[in-house]
Amino acid sequence: MLSIKMTVNGKEVSGEVEGRTLLVQFIRDHLGLTGTHVGCDTSQCGACTVHVNGRAVKSCSLLAAHVDGDTVDTIEGLADGDTLHPMQEAFRQHHALQCGFCTPGMVMSAIGIVNDNPDPSETEIREALEGNICRCTGYHNIVEAIDAAAKEMRA
Amino acid sequence: MYDFEYQRATSTDDATSRYSAAEDARFLAGGMTLIPVLKQRLDQPSDVVDLGDLDDMRGISEEGGAIVIKAMTTHHAVNTSDLVASKIPALAHLAGTIGDQMVRNRGTIGGSLANNDPAASYPCAVLALNATIKTDKREIAADDFFTGMFDTALDEGELILSVSFPIPEEAGYRHFPNPASRFPIVGSFVAKGSDGVRVAITGAGPCAFRVTEFEEALSGGLNPDAIRDIKVSDDGLNTDIHASAEYRAHLINVMTRRAMGE
Ligand SMILES: Cc1cc2nc3c(=O)[nH]c(=O)nc-3n(C[C@H](O)[C@H](O)[C@H](O)COP(=O)(O)OP(=O)(O)OC[C@H]3O[C@@H](n4cnc5c(N)ncnc54)[C@H](O)[C@@H]3O)c2cc1C
Ligand code: FES
Ligand code: FES
Repeated sequence: MLSIKMTVNGKEVSGEVEGRTLLVQFIRDHLGLTGTHVGCDTSQCGACTVHVNGRAVKSCSLLAAHVDGDTVDTIEGLADGDTLHPMQEAFRQHHALQCGFCTPGMVMSAIGIVNDNPDPSETEIREALEGNICRCTGYHNIVEAIDAAAKEMRA
Repeated sequence: MYDFEYQRATSTDDATSRYSAAEDARFLAGGMTLIPVLKQRLDQPSDVVDLGDLDDMRGISEEGGAIVIKAMTTHHAVNTSDLVASKIPALAHLAGTIGDQMVRNRGTIGGSLANNDPAASYPCAVLALNATIKTDKREIAADDFFTGMFDTALDEGELILSVSFPIPEEAGYRHFPNPASRFPIVGSFVAKGSDGVRVAITGAGPCAFRVTEFEEALSGGLNPDAIRDIKVSDDGLNTDIHASAEYRAHLINVMTRRAMGE
């Protein structure tokens, strides 16, 4: 077993993992943060997206040991008490979810998109969502939510 | 995933000695290929040697008329590098077409070249730009590097350190993406440099290859009309659920013309 430490949503955490333990397993099973979902488990769908050192990554495709010492942010760390992050609020306002399964990954990806490109066009948003699959919404309202949140985050 | 011994290298020498000391090791770079392969139990290494801490394996610089990209540099870093954008904009563009933002944030140029997926994006740029691959043991010319499907000139345990791309006068890249995975079904990289015009294709065959008929036809300059009527043979090209060999042969001409701005 390996001892690992990382900062998750601003808190120092540690744990014992096997070499093969995935980051998503550490987040869900060891830390109990079940907001991060496993959709495909084959690196395709983006439901497992979290941020490592500020960049969006697929946590089903990283070893927990590989991110030892790093900073991880998950969907649970976004809201400030009862105040949602502007991206979460925009998803709520624009009805950008139906079943909600893809949503945590979508929101984490969307924040990554806006961090890299604060004023994305509709086409840029659609292209940047390449790594996230939603089986319900048809993406339209997700694109609108990201556009609205980008405006809010620029303000 | 079968379990393995996880090891973290502290230097490139440490990485290669850990590799040789282990029974059957793999280097881990971005993990965007290796981890999915391990999860599917397609491979069962005894040890995984993580290169993640080796900051001296990351970075992009200009050296003697070439852009040198270290092996652990991510696709995102190449895509957003001002240096690459100003000297070889086609290469920055290519890096931005790989997978999606999450894949680009982790995947590296060294991992992509070592893996040599038939549909990998970088190999056609490496061939067309006549790049040199530097390892812990030697320098390998692009023309000698890609030896077959998922096969390269690398020896067991040989570590890619960097790739040096001579700055071309002109270059372009266009690909026809698989609509689901975004890997190129066919990608074409065209470059005009001091050794003349080189055209290389990815996605169509077992690994990237040059199209000498196009190179000869373009020796007078990068003009799409010069190749319009050249039919590339579909002999030995890939056929799968996404595209037949015949269709890939057709795309080679179309993508090459588009790479020249058509
Ligand atoms: C959803 C998805 C979409 C993708 N789309 C594309 C695409 O459109 N185009 C494309 O080109 N790729 C694509 N990829 C693959 C991606 O580019 C990978 O990042 C790349 O193939 C491997 O790089 P890595 O750093 O992740 O390597 P790893 O997965 O860590 O390693 C891959 C192999 O290379 C070896 N290796 C790694 N570094 C070195 C080194 N320095 N020296 C020697 N051996 C080394 C490893 O031992 C392993 O065998 C996609 C991947 C995913 C998951
Ligand atoms: S669960 Fe990680 S990409 Fe689908
Ligand atoms: S809301 Fe159901 S998968 Fe996206």
